[in-house]
Amino acid sequence: MEPRPRSFYWLTAFFVLFVIFLYGPTITIGILSFQGPQGGLTFPMNGVSFHWFHNLFEQQAVGDIWGAFRRSFALGLMVMVATVVISVMAGLAFRKRFAGSGALFYLTIASLVIPSILVSLGVGLIFNQVGAKVHWSSSGFGAQLTWTLPFGLLIMFAVFNRFDKRFEEAARDQGATPWQTIRHVVLPIIAPSVVGVALFGFSLSYDEFARTLLTAGSHNTLPLEIFGMTTNVTKPVIYALGTLTTVFSFLIIVAFLGTLWVIGKRRRDRA
Amino acid sequence: MSLSKSETLRGWALASPLVLVLLAFLVLPIVMIVIVSFWQATEFSIVPAFSLENYEFLFTSPVTYKVFWATFRYALITWATTLLIGFTVAYYLAFHIRSSHMQTVLFLVCTIPFLTSNIIRMISWIPFLGRNGIANQALIGMGVIDQPLEWLLYSDFSVILAFVHLYTLFMIVPIFNTMMRIDRSLIEAARDNGASGWQILTNVIIPLSKPGIMIGTIFVLTLVMGDFITVRFMSGSQAANVGRLISNDISLLQYPSASATSVVLLITVLLIIGTLMRFVNIRREL
Repeated sequence: MEPRPRSFYWLTAFFVLFVIFLYGPTITIGILSFQGPQGGLTFPMNGVSFHWFHNLFEQQAVGDIWGAFRRSFALGLMVMVATVVISVMAGLAFRKRFAGSGALFYLTIASLVIPSILVSLGVGLIFNQVGAKVHWSSSGFGAQLTWTLPFGLLIMFAVFNRFDKRFEEAARDQGATPWQTIRHVVLPIIAPSVVGVALFGFSLSYDEFARTLLTAGSHNTLPLEIFGMTTNVTKPVIYALGTLTTVFSFLIIVAFLGTLWVIGKRRRDRA
Repeated sequence: MSLSKSETLRGWALASPLVLVLLAFLVLPIVMIVIVSFWQATEFSIVPAFSLENYEFLFTSPVTYKVFWATFRYALITWATTLLIGFTVAYYLAFHIRSSHMQTVLFLVCTIPFLTSNIIRMISWIPFLGRNGIANQALIGMGVIDQPLEWLLYSDFSVILAFVHLYTLFMIVPIFNTMMRIDRSLIEAARDNGASGWQILTNVIIPLSKPGIMIGTIFVLTLVMGDFITVRFMSGSQAANVGRLISNDISLLQYPSASATSVVLLITVLLIIGTLMRFVNIRREL
């Protein structure tokens, strides 16, 4: 191997600083959430305890965070399943040009770039005008899909742009029906990316604030609940909640990455 | 190329769930906002009577121009900063990390924060930037300053810092993606012809990374221009941008006025993105 140029070391230092910038604050509130009962929102640590985590579990101390968590989790799963199914179907559709496909593509891009608050406001207004109650599982669900579907579709585009069509041709030559080709050839090949779409769908939904603001109705999702806390809670209990949800997000990410690893390993074993 | 009827039918059938969701939760809501922007409001309800007063008020109020200017300023500064950081990080990952295994790991390290809560990531700046925060204590400890800096938190600085923290990834991913597709033999050819590292960067890599830069730009600009929560939270409600103008009207139940502002914001964003899209074919670049 040729020796590293000097720029390599400068760039490595830059990268390390960037990673510290990304993770530093989160790690800091992780540490601060173990403040003692008298501790405040900043250093120095005033003792070390689980006080603020206990505080979270006392119903009256904060709002209905457990209800909010359950709703966010359920909504995340709903959005995840819908995003996977709809994105894969649309991804398959877009593999061949069809009349109007360009317009539909630009509409999907528009869905990505239109400011979240407009979707929130518009969906809220519509439900209001037809006399329907906004609810996280109906209006909230739909509003979040306008954010997760473009991501899902863009990932599917990236996948199918790199897809080797010879596998399909081989299947067809051997007499497979179109459905058999998709079921036994296409889907297994794109499986890792589908897991990626699922991860995006769940995470984007679980953390989404703006699109749920006016569409979740009277029962808050977790991000809305947390935002409510930022305006009236001045104790490290909010850090404890932040630490817990961050740990939860990490577990979800690890679970998805683990799934990817298992898929890859199975494939290698079979080969 | 002629498109057969059956192919068109098959395409729309497969895409129909996507079409339905976008119609119901994107197109109709936007149409609704446009309609409501011409309605009138009383203190408690909205009145479906055609009027231009929302727009009249919007365009004659000096606040509007101030707030739009603030929005562009946030967007431009954030864009320039995220581009600089994003390009450097992507360049490092794509051209200086040799093993593809290590590349994946480092890429994931950058991606993971994006999948966790934005609001928590905003909150996490408080112990850093506050009056008694780590930054001030460190600076005082080093003897750089003897009074805590007040402008670190709840200022334009903290708003932009949070934007950069939240959105740099949207630059890294598309730029990294295009860089990985650059044919490495082009770089070798440049080197064989005697180009320096800097010349390779400016004459080969940057021009070939333009599509990724464009896509990242689209992401960052739209996210910052539509934002209302970061500005409200990180400025301590001191600063305003268009998103906040809208959300303030909403919290006062002034839906027609919020809708008119929304329409103007929407047109602005679509014009900017439309212009940027002329320079890049997104479908081909994925």
